[in-house]
Amino acid sequence: MDTLQRPAAPSQRSGRAQVRGVLYSQRLAPYFFIAPFVITLLVFWAVPLGRTFVMSTQNVLFGQASFVGAENYERLWGDRIFWQAMFNSARYMVLTLLLLIPIPLVLAAIISSRIGSERVKGFFKASMFVPALTSIVVAGIIFRLMFAETGTGLMNQVLALLGADPVRWLRTDTGGLVALLALAMWRYTGVNILYFLAGMQSIPDEYYEAASIDGAGRVRQFFQITLPNLKPTIVYVTTISIYGGLAMFLESFMLYAGNNSPNNQGLTVVGYLYRRGIEENDLGFASAVGVVLLVVIMAINLTYLTLTGTFRKESVR
Amino acid sequence: MTGPAPLPVTVATAAEATSAGPPGPGRPVRTKHPLPRGLFVAVQTAFLVLLTLIVLVPLVAIFVGTFQDGNEILRNGLTLDIDLQALSLDNYRMLFTDSGLYFRWFLNSVVLTAVQVAGTLLVSSFVAYGFAMYDFKGKNAWFIAVLLLMTVPFEIMMLPLFVLVNDLGLADSYSVIVFPFLAASVTIFFFRQYFLGIPKELLEAGRVDGVTEFGIFFKIVVPIARPAFAAMAILNGMVIWNNFLWPLLVLRSAEKFTLPIGLNTLLTPYGNNYELLIIGSFFSLLPVLVLFLLFQRFFVAGMTAGALKG
Repeated sequence: MDTLQRPAAPSQRSGRAQVRGVLYSQRLAPYFFIAPFVITLLVFWAVPLGRTFVMSTQNVLFGQASFVGAENYERLWGDRIFWQAMFNSARYMVLTLLLLIPIPLVLAAIISSRIGSERVKGFFKASMFVPALTSIVVAGIIFRLMFAETGTGLMNQVLALLGADPVRWLRTDTGGLVALLALAMWRYTGVNILYFLAGMQSIPDEYYEAASIDGAGRVRQFFQITLPNLKPTIVYVTTISIYGGLAMFLESFMLYAGNNSPNNQGLTVVGYLYRRGIEENDLGFASAVGVVLLVVIMAINLTYLTLTGTFRKESVR
Repeated sequence: MTGPAPLPVTVATAAEATSAGPPGPGRPVRTKHPLPRGLFVAVQTAFLVLLTLIVLVPLVAIFVGTFQDGNEILRNGLTLDIDLQALSLDNYRMLFTDSGLYFRWFLNSVVLTAVQVAGTLLVSSFVAYGFAMYDFKGKNAWFIAVLLLMTVPFEIMMLPLFVLVNDLGLADSYSVIVFPFLAASVTIFFFRQYFLGIPKELLEAGRVDGVTEFGIFFKIVVPIARPAFAAMAILNGMVIWNNFLWPLLVLRSAEKFTLPIGLNTLLTPYGNNYELLIIGSFFSLLPVLVLFLLFQRFFVAGMTAGALKG
């Protein structure tokens, strides 16, 4: 290959040879390849996260930071609205788990069964996925207007069909919660169905054949073969649903057309962080909220990694 | 060589998901069943069709809304109790003649999405190649960092990133929307899975021919990985087109708004512009819907690979 190069001055040649050596080096190449990730991690994640911890021990006002120790955390502990936001986030998380795991699981089982028209099932699967394509802004706008409090709103008309009186949806705690959960179900049922379908497709057919020879019916097969073999997928979906639920913010932000809701009924932990940090510029206090949320989520992460055996060597799959 | 790092189960499920092609051979049919087969199929079909209709109602409602008067919608909400006499094409006329900044926002979204998708694919596949094809010191630790980043919700990062951007005086610029997310952990993870399936002999053949390590990636591996690029282009395109929270914090001037930010400003209690809110929302859905109809299988492959954010 050197013969292809034009002759060059000796100093230039050695410089070029060095560059060429780097380009061909299998030892150095991986560091170049992962460099963009390392830089991103340090600049946009590690440094800001470190700053969150520092700011959470400071009182930050107009760029002036003074160390206050654990004062922000003490304020947080005694803050009624913070606990209300915690409660709202936890309640939303638990309810979405109860709705968005079993229902998609059963629907995925129906789709993956041999019975019924493949065309109907394919169309169903695609339709269920369509809401996941919408932005939270558009989905929020639609649901806000569907849950209008007048008798003419779509959901109140549904109630009227069922013979019930109209509800002032977003003005009441329960009504607002129902709207939030409806929005979550609308957007995520199809996605979770896809996760479960992917998991079900990896279960060998022989298991089902053996079970049916033993005379196990469909329902028993679901409980004795599908569920146990789907455990990794279920654990995974549960885990991402837990942090998705705890970190929920935009659903509420759009539904209530902003970060304020009657009696803070739609306020979540991230919503409170947004209010104190970005709307009220109390960076120290908001950072403390962020740290608490991060600790909770990392604890869940570690539990998940331990449950799935990532820390054990034999878990390499 | 097996997997380089002790991977959590997410890896396994996502890998299975991405490799999942058409459903495998069916399950045995001869199981005992309480219902006659025909009746069971009929019940199942009716059930699925009913659910499909319910799921499509919100989309039908906003489509109908594009023909309704904005003040009416502000007062009464979206409804399917339609007064056919009151429907008109006024909103469409307004959209194409007098919609203010709407098409500016639309264009901003198109350009930003195109640039960010291209950048994300380039940078993330580049990083993923390093993880997939080489053994090097610290590889496991860095890859675990990738996996951990996949699970940190952006909502936690928004405040410190916001402070950083303000300190640097970079607010209201597209660069801060793009740069922090070029090396995207989910996309890196997906590409790594794909590259692991490419035979190493191809790389050796390139080396024998005198191609540089980077030439091997760009000239040999990228062309082979076209399906992976398609899936990630679609997934990232959807996520970036819909991106809301970070641009909401960063963008200040109305002529720089993207579609979601612009539409959000129309959602006011005074509602003097609900016509545009409704028809604008509807039109913002169309590009993604069209892509979905054309490339459904890429959506499914990308989504199940670890779509952690909606």
